[in-house]
Amino acid sequence: MIITIASGKGGTGKTTVTVNLAASAPKGDVAVFDCDVEEPNSHIFLKPENLSTTPISTMIPKVDMEKCTLCKACEEICQFSAITTIGKKVMTFPEMCHSCQGCVMVCPEGAITASTRELGTLVQGTNASGICLTWGELRVGEAMAPPLIEQVKEKIDPKKTALVDAPPGTSCPAISALRDSDFALLVAEPTPFGLNDLALTVEALRVLKVPMGIVINRDDGETRVIDDYAAREKIEILARIPFTREAAAVCSKGLLLKEEIPEMEPLFTRLYSTVMERAKNRGNKK
Amino acid sequence: MKEITIISGKGGTGKTSVTASFAFLAANRVVVDADVDAANLYLTLPHTTISQENFVGGRLAEIDPGICTECGECLERCQFKAISEDFIVDPIACEGCGVCVHFCPVDAISFEQQVCGEKFLSDTDNGPMVHARLGIAQENSGLLVSVLRQQAREIAKEKNIPMILVDGPPGIGCPVIASITNADALVIVTEPSMSGMHDMERVKRLADQMRVPAFLCINKSDLNQEKTDSMKAFAKKNNIKFAGEIPFDREVTASMNAGKSLVEFSQGPAAQAVRKVWENVTIYLNETMDRLA
Repeated sequence: MIITIASGKGGTGKTTVTVNLAASAPKGDVAVFDCDVEEPNSHIFLKPENLSTTPISTMIPKVDMEKCTLCKACEEICQFSAITTIGKKVMTFPEMCHSCQGCVMVCPEGAITASTRELGTLVQGTNASGICLTWGELRVGEAMAPPLIEQVKEKIDPKKTALVDAPPGTSCPAISALRDSDFALLVAEPTPFGLNDLALTVEALRVLKVPMGIVINRDDGETRVIDDYAAREKIEILARIPFTREAAAVCSKGLLLKEEIPEMEPLFTRLYSTVMERAKNRGNKK
Repeated sequence: MKEITIISGKGGTGKTSVTASFAFLAANRVVVDADVDAANLYLTLPHTTISQENFVGGRLAEIDPGICTECGECLERCQFKAISEDFIVDPIACEGCGVCVHFCPVDAISFEQQVCGEKFLSDTDNGPMVHARLGIAQENSGLLVSVLRQQAREIAKEKNIPMILVDGPPGIGCPVIASITNADALVIVTEPSMSGMHDMERVKRLADQMRVPAFLCINKSDLNQEKTDSMKAFAKKNNIKFAGEIPFDREVTASMNAGKSLVEFSQGPAAQAVRKVWENVTIYLNETMDRLA
């Protein structure tokens, strides 16, 4: 079972919901996968120990100029301007390469072989409560998050429930994280920005055919913009996290709401069981 | 002409609220919303849209079942698991690399350019706004950001506008890199939290790699004074100019709800702080520009 916590807008509380849900699950039931590889933050809250790190790389071409006849077949097939002939040389631009291997396949001389470019690091650890966390850290300067996100998702154990913390937005990184999810939990804040970006994410999820529910974060108890939208779109609101300065301060220290603010504990415990139920029934009407 | 990009590393720290206020305070500028995944600037800057154009990005493979002989050549060569066993291309997984197109022995695969989104040019009180909407699940957000910035530079040149403000996306990946390449300065808008600190450190490393000087502005600074202080210390140690802090203020949300920038809407403590931040940034920029001139 894969539950993905998402939102088009950054900073709505995806990580807050992910880590508090994980801490509310029966011991040993869930593993967490932080796919926000550009800005991973789940580890700050879950505090995993005994970390193992694996460098993750992707294929880039390496040209043997001894064999190259400057026929330009590689340049012609490459859609990303990552390989080009300049005078009597073939230049490669590793940061532009999408690792499609087209140039390797097309070279009539076998002059192109696979080399690698480092995408980032995959980190795994388990915290004191037995929650296993896997996350990716994109190398600073690397543009492409999706291949690293795929590597994080490779680690999902189908026998356990996976909670996936998605990156913000609705383009490649967010889509990479959301694909193959059984259920998506959308975290939204009741502001015009929050509503705008929530609607975009809902559109994306409908394309991906993933059922969903909404959590309203920083709920002031008055603003109804998300409620009205959810009613119109027939999406269930599964929880409301009240807006308090105290909650903001707790999160800023990297602590868990359900542990620091006891009255919030039932909210997350209830949310966890509701989400599991919906995911099993694929509850929401798409 | 100066180009300033507002970034954060982390989402939700208040980049757009700060950019909208800067855009209101700058007498004559072009403003760009480079958060093309989730563009919000238009919601908070009153504007009139003048023109709208499709943005054409990468290509997409499509197999014509009438021609396809199901030989499996494409399936074997695709590195992105984008072709199913029954020879249908998943448009979301397709990277647009063209390998299947090249190697198909019967030319059954078309490879058309895709409309990835729309770009808009709008008028606001203090100058033009360039913004866009990336299609759902579309690629090329980095390319779209570059296209928007290019358009902003052309407009600024043509109309003799001295400043471009760019509202950047969260993170450190493709669209962020496209937002800060060749900018004159960055304003890092962050919040005083463990997460904010972690993401700011990463975005600062990116700024250093790209050799763009950075300012730091701490939003909601009084939510965690201790963290605010350690962020200021980090800035001092890492050659980041401190531009100021903005206290937590519910007027920020209220201004959003009113569809106005904070400084236009409010005279409260946050609005006053943003005015001060803007002053600090412009004073410093004028000084360095004079030195470079």
